Amino acid sequence: MSVINMNAPFTRDKIKKLKVGDIVLISGKIFTGRDGVHKYLHDGNQAPVNLEDQIIYHCGPVVVKNEGTGEYTVTAAGPTTSIREEPYEWELMRDHNIAAVIGKGGMGETTLDACRKYGCVYFHATGGAAQVLSDRIKKVEGVYLMELGSPEAMWVLQVSRFPVVVTMDSHGNSLHVDIRSESEKKLKELLQKQERS
Amino acid sequence: MLQMWIVKKQMADSIYELIKRTSTTLPGDVLDKIDKASSMENGNERARYTMDIIQENIKLAKIKSLPLCQDTGTLLFYVNHPAGFIQNGFIQLVCEAVEKATEEGILRQNSVDTISGKNTGNNIGRGHPSFHFHEHEKDELEIRLILKGGGCENMSAQYSLPDTGLCAGRDLDGVKKVILDTVINSQGKGCAPGVLGVCIGGDRSNGHAEAKKQLLRRLDDKNVDSDLSYLEQEIVEISNKTGIGPMGLGGETTLLGCKIGSLNRLPASYFVSISYMCWAYRRHGIILDKNHKIKKWIY
Ligand code: SF4
Repeated sequence: MSVINMNAPFTRDKIKKLKVGDIVLISGKIFTGRDGVHKYLHDGNQAPVNLEDQIIYHCGPVVVKNEGTGEYTVTAAGPTTSIREEPYEWELMRDHNIAAVIGKGGMGETTLDACRKYGCVYFHATGGAAQVLSDRIKKVEGVYLMELGSPEAMWVLQVSRFPVVVTMDSHGNSLHVDIRSESEKKLKELLQKQERS
Repeated sequence: MLQMWIVKKQMADSIYELIKRTSTTLPGDVLDKIDKASSMENGNERARYTMDIIQENIKLAKIKSLPLCQDTGTLLFYVNHPAGFIQNGFIQLVCEAVEKATEEGILRQNSVDTISGKNTGNNIGRGHPSFHFHEHEKDELEIRLILKGGGCENMSAQYSLPDTGLCAGRDLDGVKKVILDTVINSQGKGCAPGVLGVCIGGDRSNGHAEAKKQLLRRLDDKNVDSDLSYLEQEIVEISNKTGIGPMGLGGETTLLGCKIGSLNRLPASYFVSISYMCWAYRRHGIILDKNHKIKKWIY
């Protein structure tokens, strides 16, 4: 199996080389952001940190604070459904120059279009794999926007070999669109074959 | 008085054990199907990779005794009890166990007041947890628990036949068409490979309840109704030929199983209710002895 190892942050050149279907292991820094963060930035608030070339992870992690040392540990951190951020993601690509998004279930046409326009990519992480994914989070570096509540805050995570698949690339391709249309076609054929026999 | 307190405490402990095992492990029949699915995925790299991650996740969750998935879902309790059983007292003890499991991170804070938007913080609130009681002849208490995640629940559906758009009439062929429509619509959104619980007939609410109840069946059982048994197999076979695959990224396994039941209907209605369950099919059950200790695990 061919696996691409990539260190974050990514250069645009590297993103251009990624194609749908590529399996990637990400190492480096990623930022969580779900409904709260997207809405916050959409409302015109300043990003709490420069997001240029960074990766946004659609995830509301379960984080435990060690009251003694003040350190945070992530105990569960699987992806959440990305399509909820469809109205906002393109703005993050245009205005904040993010390089990539990690989530599950894929995103729509507006985001696919923005990926092409601004040279971004969408990575799919395995839904429900809370333990594998939190195991690959090596350190919580910090947190912004805690006022949104812990799952909605922007957590800065150091990950190592975080497993994802490219399902929307910067060339206008979407694996989700391809598989949807192929599976519809296949089902039609299967049902027609049954009717004939 | 002391005796009663001990019995109560024992009941809460047993239910806590049930919750913990259900959040952190999958039952044997589901594990077998996942193993089989993994062994099928050799052609498509992404499917192979996804199944490997799912397998690793199952192992890690068990070793660490932590939730398999961070969405620990709605707690659905199905209780078979002898006559004279006091439901309210039981509900109270379950709530104690749920609260403890939430404090310990076995369950995520997963219950939101729909009107105020506030999280209750302990998984208890209107409709949470959800209880289904049934009186039986046996002198035992059987408690089954399913944790039903939100992502897959969002993919559940209900059809009213005939459905002209899908050319689905009021017969088993029409039923097949609408079930397969749900499979196509869910793609990877419900965290495939999944399992479908289906009810043909009933009214809108009973239909959905019965569809969920079908998920209590072991994946390796056989439907006593031969027509439904045939339909169950057919749905799985056809779904697995669509190429949707694990997480909808392509591959051989889209469904791990399909379980179909039926309820009588009114002449005017013909509903098909479908409950989609993700690969994190968390279901366990216990039989308690007289002292409320766990006598036997059901699955
Ligand atoms: S659908 Fe299931 S596996 Fe996926 S996130 Fe929800 S509970 Fe977890």
